[in-house]
Amino acid sequence: MMPAPALAEGFPDLSGMRIARKPHWFRWLSAALIVAVLALIVRAFAGGQIEWSYVSRFLTVKVILEGIVNTMVMAVLAMALGIFLGVVVAIMRLSPNPVLKTVAAGYTWLFRGTPLILQLLLWFNLALVFPTIGIPGLWSARAVDVMTPFLAALLGLGINQGAYTSEVMRAGMLSVDIGQYEAAQAIGMGRLRALRRIVLPQAMRVVIPPLGNEFIGMVKATSLASVIQYPELLHNAENIYYANSRVIELLIVAGLWYLLVVSVLTPLQMLLERRFARGTLRLAR
Amino acid sequence: MTKPLVAIRSVSKSFGEFQALKNVSLDIRPGEVMCLIGASGSGKTTLLRCINQLAAIDSGGIWLDGELLGVREQGGRLHRLSEREIGRQRLKTGMVFQRFNLFPHKTALENITEGPLQVQSRKSDEVRAEAIELLRRVGLSAKADSYPAQLSGGQQQRVAIARALAMKPMLMLFDEPTSALDPELVGEVLAVMKELARSGMTMMVVTHELGFAREVADRVVYMDQGAIIEQGRASDVLGAPREERTRAFLSAVI
Repeated sequence: MMPAPALAEGFPDLSGMRIARKPHWFRWLSAALIVAVLALIVRAFAGGQIEWSYVSRFLTVKVILEGIVNTMVMAVLAMALGIFLGVVVAIMRLSPNPVLKTVAAGYTWLFRGTPLILQLLLWFNLALVFPTIGIPGLWSARAVDVMTPFLAALLGLGINQGAYTSEVMRAGMLSVDIGQYEAAQAIGMGRLRALRRIVLPQAMRVVIPPLGNEFIGMVKATSLASVIQYPELLHNAENIYYANSRVIELLIVAGLWYLLVVSVLTPLQMLLERRFARGTLRLAR
Repeated sequence: MTKPLVAIRSVSKSFGEFQALKNVSLDIRPGEVMCLIGASGSGKTTLLRCINQLAAIDSGGIWLDGELLGVREQGGRLHRLSEREIGRQRLKTGMVFQRFNLFPHKTALENITEGPLQVQSRKSDEVRAEAIELLRRVGLSAKADSYPAQLSGGQQQRVAIARALAMKPMLMLFDEPTSALDPELVGEVLAVMKELARSGMTMMVVTHELGFAREVADRVVYMDQGAIIEQGRASDVLGAPREERTRAFLSAVI
């Protein structure tokens, strides 16, 4: 065996020497500037015509707490409806059947193409179109009794959400390698079983970040249901300031609650992501 | 002469303008190990995918175990079978893919039990015992709870072979099973396939591993431009090819 050739001279030994930290002057300067601007804004609000005692007093009154509960109930139920519709519509959209495909595309077009607040108002005022609803000969009721603010908000928010979620789910399903469909078929699975057992679980990993985004959007979109008298957080805050005229204070109360809810949701999303990351390298190593 | 397990008669298949299979006819006898060789685009993979009905043929017919695949003859016309019936016919074949296609969200063991449990609705403890035995057979007893991402390419392909065997197929189809592997991992997969061949399994193998073909195959089929050019014993086709095109292909590969 040939001996290793001698190493060339003139390259000093650097082992044991540390790499010095960069000073980053600009970071310090810009951070100081931002703190100063924030301080000015806080000072302006502190000196402005806001009675902060009202904010703290109304932060935990019963009507506001009921409002936040109603907001969360509506957000969760409407999102569940939206995800259900989204999955069904995405599967229809990717089906080889042209009828299903067209129906799915039409649904997305209609509910994504009109403002959410308009859809809520339409659902709430459905009684103007159909005074009575029901199944002929079996059951019928007056539409005003059936279409409560709760049901109108649920249908309006959920069906609108479904149109957006279907696109998220479709993207997730398309992100799964075609070889996974083929492997599922090769062990005798039909299209729907392959979707349920093989494709959707893998798509979940991709769709959870955008779905988390959509859910946070949904929490805030429930405030639109205030226009159809659903007693959610903003609606209840408005009712209080109609009585006591503390408009800004109660809007700040509502804003703080929305911020708190969204802050709690973010770590929950991370837990979910970890659950569906099973089998990926990030978790395995 | 024994009845063929697979009978392929005058099968043609096009993808748009491209004719992938031109009037191909072929028999595979029970227990036979057949290697399909040829350049890429020669139709050998398409032929395999037609047998497993991942691709539908345009004309001709394929019979597996005496049963016409994909269509039913009725009143002088052919009617396409339902997805459910095609799924049932697929259970008679096991498919091993070039890129493994293991389910990444399931462990090695779960990959193997998925078909028997979900599709065949068999009893869980019985399926599990069989899956453990299959893992032992492919030399991966220790990897039952590993996810595919934790396995090397060769290990993944061996799990994929076990997954296909779990459905108890009559015919195993291998689509370039070692082409995506690092050279040092090819041997372990070929060893599993040799063992399978010795156990009497009927196999159709699309491969570039001529050494494997020479050692294991009962018959080698050379395809070019969608047609079978030459076939026969491995020693004849690989050692003394009669056709000019076969000779050109072999000298380019070796």
